[in-house]
Amino acid sequence: MSEIPHLLVHEHDDNVGVVVVEGLTAGTDMLCCVTHDNSTFRLKSGADVPIGHKIALKDLKAGDTAMKYGEDIGKIIADIPKGEHVHTHNCKTKRW
Amino acid sequence: MASKYSNMTVKAFRRENGRVGVRNHVVILPVDDISNAACEAVANNVKGTMAIPHAYGRLQFGEDLELHFRTMIGTGANPNVAAVVVIGIEPGWTKRIADGIRATGKPVAEFSIEQKGDFETIRAASWAAKEFVHMTSEYQREECSISELWVSTKCGESDTTTGLGSCPTVGNMYDKLLPEGITGFFGETSEITGAEHICQKRAINEEVGERWYKMWKAYQDDVIFAHQTDDLSDSQPTKGNIEGGLTTIEEKALGNLEKIGRTSQYIDILEPAEAPQSGNGLYFMDSSSAAAECVTLMAAGGAVIHTFPTGQGNVVGNPIVPVIKITANPRTVRTMSEHVDVDVSGILRREMTIDEAGDELIDMICRTANGRNTAAEALGHREFSMTKLYRSA
Repeated sequence: MSEIPHLLVHEHDDNVGVVVVEGLTAGTDMLCCVTHDNSTFRLKSGADVPIGHKIALKDLKAGDTAMKYGEDIGKIIADIPKGEHVHTHNCKTKRW
Repeated sequence: MASKYSNMTVKAFRRENGRVGVRNHVVILPVDDISNAACEAVANNVKGTMAIPHAYGRLQFGEDLELHFRTMIGTGANPNVAAVVVIGIEPGWTKRIADGIRATGKPVAEFSIEQKGDFETIRAASWAAKEFVHMTSEYQREECSISELWVSTKCGESDTTTGLGSCPTVGNMYDKLLPEGITGFFGETSEITGAEHICQKRAINEEVGERWYKMWKAYQDDVIFAHQTDDLSDSQPTKGNIEGGLTTIEEKALGNLEKIGRTSQYIDILEPAEAPQSGNGLYFMDSSSAAAECVTLMAAGGAVIHTFPTGQGNVVGNPIVPVIKITANPRTVRTMSEHVDVDVSGILRREMTIDEAGDELIDMICRTANGRNTAAEALGHREFSMTKLYRSA
């Protein structure tokens, strides 16, 4: 891959991806890579998001399930537009 | 089936009981907290020895006391330890621990403080320690198969990069080396929450999987739900995890479980600090997810090298077991490189495959076994943290 990806996604079923570069700013035309098969797509970031933090791959609604590794990682608790930051302010565990 | 890993060898120390160690420590081991001062004085007198002070060992009882003995005996019995001086306040428990370590065949000397005082105890123990240093410093490394290594893992200060890079690197190593006959340990009971359905299925058979699930559920009910005061979302995930982008325990657990790779299956379950009894293979040890506690328990179980994936940069080490730090987080590599042994940040840039990263880790395991000091060793990280099950009497 000649261009370094901005965002990595574990599985095709996932609805969130992980920022893997420092200093990502809103409006970046991100190169996104699905690590399962190294397929790529592009997505515009909707916010400044720190390295390691997640971005919504599509519009998510409160009550939706966040999917990563192809698995349930918690519930969405506020609507999140595609490209926006997903973290503790809008996503929560289902366990405690 | 032979693989390119089958003929790998390391230069290590073969102990009296046949086990292979990668370090040659002379340990001055306190039975209890009030014997720490005497142990530290002996270690100060005799260069080439190491005291392992700790906070416990008095008025414990029942299962908690058994865990104390298991941790003490296991630490002394670890093949990275060549000889042990045991010091306790009174002779009874001192003898019990010394005899437990002696069962390995390694040299052990025991001293107790009552009716002698610190001065006389330190004098006598220093003579024994000095003899052990002379004797063990002549021990030679010999060629051993990589299959004889017991390698543990636990991650810390995890973030989303651990699930993408450093944990799968450890998993790849296990997928390659477990078939060669190494013994592996993973654990962190509370941190499997959210991936317990997957972990249960990674048992060698249904019976082991059911025993694993019962152990996990008991922890969940007896520890987490019995003591929780809030929703635990500041402890699991930790503040550091959240800073690193992990949002929920489920997300953390799924990343954590990447450490056992794609094909590895665990063959049995261990109590905290328990040594494997079912032969070569991967074991789940019921253990805390706190870094120093978990590494201490696995070292007491007999692991001689620990592989430690980190995202945000956990700096933990252990007195007797070299802890190899692996990170995929480029910011951690940039800001904390003195703590990093294996940089796999190339995985995030898609410049390095998980397969290549696994080979780099195997290479670092061999170099560490041959004697390379890890970052944690060079920086003097010797965290020894005993797990305590409940209040003392």
